[in-house]
Amino acid sequence: MEDLVSINKLNIEARTRAGTLKVVNDLSFTIKKSETLCVVGESGCGKSVTALSLMSLLPEGILKVSSGDILFDNINLARLSEAELEGIRGNEISMIFQEPMTSLNPLFTVGEQVSEVIRRHKNLNKEKAWASAVELLDAVKIPNPDKRAFDYPFQLSGGQRQRVMIAIALACQPKILIADEPTTALDVTIQAEILALINMLKQETGTAVMFITHDMAVVAQMADRVVVMHPGQKVEEGTVHEIFNNPQHEYTKALLAAVPKLGEMASKKYPEPMRLVGEKKTNALKPIVGTNEPLLKVNNLVTRYPVKGGVLRRTVARVHAVEDVSFTIMKGKTLSLVGESGCGKSTVGRSLIRLVEPTSGNVNLDGQNILSLNPKDMREARSNIQMVFQDPFSSLNPQRPLFDQVAEPLRNYGTVKREVLQEKIGDLFDRVKLPRSFMRRFPHQLSGGQRQRIAIARALALNPKMIIADEAVSALDVSVQAQVLNLMMELQVDLGLSFLFISHDMAVVERVSHDVGVMYLGRLVEIGPRPSIFRNPQHPYTQDLLKAVPIADPDKRKSERDLNFKPLPSPIHDLSHDPVPSEYKEVAKDHYVLTTDCGY
Amino acid sequence: MLLVLLVVVVLNFFMLHLAPGDIADTIAQTMGGADEQDMAELRKQYGLDQPFFIQLLNYVVKVALLDFGHSHFYNLPVFDLIMERFPATLLLVFSAQILSIFVGILLGVYAAQNPNGLSSLFVNMFSLFGYAAPVFWTGILLLIAFSLHVPIFPVSGMRDITIESSNFFVHFFDVLRHLFLPMITLASIFFAYYSRLCRASMLEVLGADFVRTAKAKGLSKKDVLLKHALKNSLSPVITFAGLSFSAVVSGAILVETVYSWPGLGTLAFNSIISRDTPVLLGILIFSTLMVTVGNLLTDLTLKALDPRIKI
Repeated sequence: MEDLVSINKLNIEARTRAGTLKVVNDLSFTIKKSETLCVVGESGCGKSVTALSLMSLLPEGILKVSSGDILFDNINLARLSEAELEGIRGNEISMIFQEPMTSLNPLFTVGEQVSEVIRRHKNLNKEKAWASAVELLDAVKIPNPDKRAFDYPFQLSGGQRQRVMIAIALACQPKILIADEPTTALDVTIQAEILALINMLKQETGTAVMFITHDMAVVAQMADRVVVMHPGQKVEEGTVHEIFNNPQHEYTKALLAAVPKLGEMASKKYPEPMRLVGEKKTNALKPIVGTNEPLLKVNNLVTRYPVKGGVLRRTVARVHAVEDVSFTIMKGKTLSLVGESGCGKSTVGRSLIRLVEPTSGNVNLDGQNILSLNPKDMREARSNIQMVFQDPFSSLNPQRPLFDQVAEPLRNYGTVKREVLQEKIGDLFDRVKLPRSFMRRFPHQLSGGQRQRIAIARALALNPKMIIADEAVSALDVSVQAQVLNLMMELQVDLGLSFLFISHDMAVVERVSHDVGVMYLGRLVEIGPRPSIFRNPQHPYTQDLLKAVPIADPDKRKSERDLNFKPLPSPIHDLSHDPVPSEYKEVAKDHYVLTTDCGY
Repeated sequence: MLLVLLVVVVLNFFMLHLAPGDIADTIAQTMGGADEQDMAELRKQYGLDQPFFIQLLNYVVKVALLDFGHSHFYNLPVFDLIMERFPATLLLVFSAQILSIFVGILLGVYAAQNPNGLSSLFVNMFSLFGYAAPVFWTGILLLIAFSLHVPIFPVSGMRDITIESSNFFVHFFDVLRHLFLPMITLASIFFAYYSRLCRASMLEVLGADFVRTAKAKGLSKKDVLLKHALKNSLSPVITFAGLSFSAVVSGAILVETVYSWPGLGTLAFNSIISRDTPVLLGILIFSTLMVTVGNLLTDLTLKALDPRIKI
């Protein structure tokens, strides 16, 4: 088939204070008409920059194409004037971006934003452009498009905003759609829907797609052909089956090995670290057995936030964030909580150490009732449970050296004498496999994975019995994610730690957990041993959630028929609302399913 | 808003009481002295023999009925005196404010397009000059320049009384001509703030994702800049405009004095010199009113600009 885009020996340079830096190095590939080409690689590999250069939208003065050609439809884009390029952008080449929350202008209605691009490129008057914008919103499955067109972006959910972005991108029937990590910021259920939508629209309109992602599972879902990039260069190119079944380059193999695949743990009773390519074989990949001694018992935990309103700021309603949740975590084992954003899983974690005050319930840590402690005893108790947060960029103080940040909990509790502090921190750095020379560095000098190791070192400083990891690896690249997960599992074996692992990534959860709890709208809908939950999900929500997870295998693609999600109902109820307690049925040994109506 | 006004009125009353002496003393002084009996008579006449709270209540009720007392210097009711001057100040304050916002935004947008270039440097220097130079100095400088060297604009007063025409537009343009210099002088302090604020917020917005989206739609540079980016970068400028209203009003007093602009400022200046307290307090209440109305306007503008803001 004919080539639509052909990139020839493209070189892109970044101008920095330290001099010019090659971001893209001699890159060549082609995109054929109506095919989907996935460009895959980790952050900083130059994949987004390549996409921007195809749009001729490289940030001026920072990035520059130094040599090479980009041919689009046999036209050399470098030869076109700015006005000619403006006529192509949004019309023949269009693009959707990663962050649906910020990619739309907050001050214009979505109807205006969709019709704007139509009016720019098609000679239509205001009314006709608006009508066709409404049609487009319908095509991307926004409910009641004629009314929602008058909504502002802040009135739409993340998934809906990404649909609007797709409507804008496809408004002028472009020849190629560039999708730059369009689902990375979305929940797995919404991701599945958006991917299915892009596939469906692609088939209807015959547009080519250049799909940029770091997620091999998404590649398997979408791609006809794949280009693998590793710092600025193409290391491998091939059809999706060639890449997945017979990868040639070491980096592709490593990338595939680092992706936890849903279902690969089915035959194993206990979690075990991942086998990473290039790591020394001395690393024992032994299963993590744990103990059967309970560490943390949570009974009937309820957390509700007041919604204030009116002139007197009285409580007018309540957000039912966590509703009658009970579970137990054993010493040396991991319990994972999974669910979509807004399901209350993070609130559970925060309630346990009373960062938010639970409304009622019982939290028992090693025989101590956490919820009845006075502030002084609570402070002592907190040293037993530490947290690691999602965003390694904002959870460290940018202006303090790392030594101080890791030492801070020890200084706070005064448990370690000053003379041995240096040695103790050094040990912690060894523990998380960071060189001791990093102690004098600042957070901005570290990569995301290294920062997350610092966060883990800080959590370990007080020798806690348990760590709450709230989406601790979600913001990391796959290979880094695998390393951090392995580190956490290694610490679990060595120190006998328990983990409460909060995540939306089912494949990661399958890899690390002994037990799994699935949450929906504040309730725990299903809980039990990991193999039992994954092999035999009983609750309809768990079943649908598992169906939505893309599998890193091009032969197991999902079609839109597999998906039927309802939008999450509101957890806000008026003061008189008194939900019924959660009742469970034991369907297998230790495997419980909610029988109360949870709203799904 | 009404609460703010009430608080100011009450504070006014306290200030009146804190100052040594009262109206009776002042009047007696101007009359060249009075004996105890006359003083008591005067105090009774002005209600000063009443208990404190009754006096406070009386004062608040009087202000609510737009009775600010009597100016013994001009021998006119304070309210009439203020109403005669108020429109001139209102005109000066609003025109200067609008001019400085408009020019500030223009300069800010211009500078943001090329933040490290020569144009940006020029705008920065210009605005630095604006807020470093004291307003009376700028005023006098312009005054000298326009009275001695290029006498194209009148440098004093608000109207030319020699014009004998019944045509509205002739008078209108006469006032505009007189307004020009005081307006520029007053606005010069604020160009700086607005242009710097607008430049900074424009620079931030230009890096935002939705600006990239707008470019990816194929919109022209002008549309990206003036439609998508500008609207999003206005809110800090407008917020600051609301906050600076009081500064503009107080700046107006200096400017009016320099240019003999017949507004509240010159009135305030004269009242200070002649210790005409009722007039001063009346002006204070009117300034408060102007500032609160200015703030209300700001809030309404912000609301109109950003659908996410709820009042």
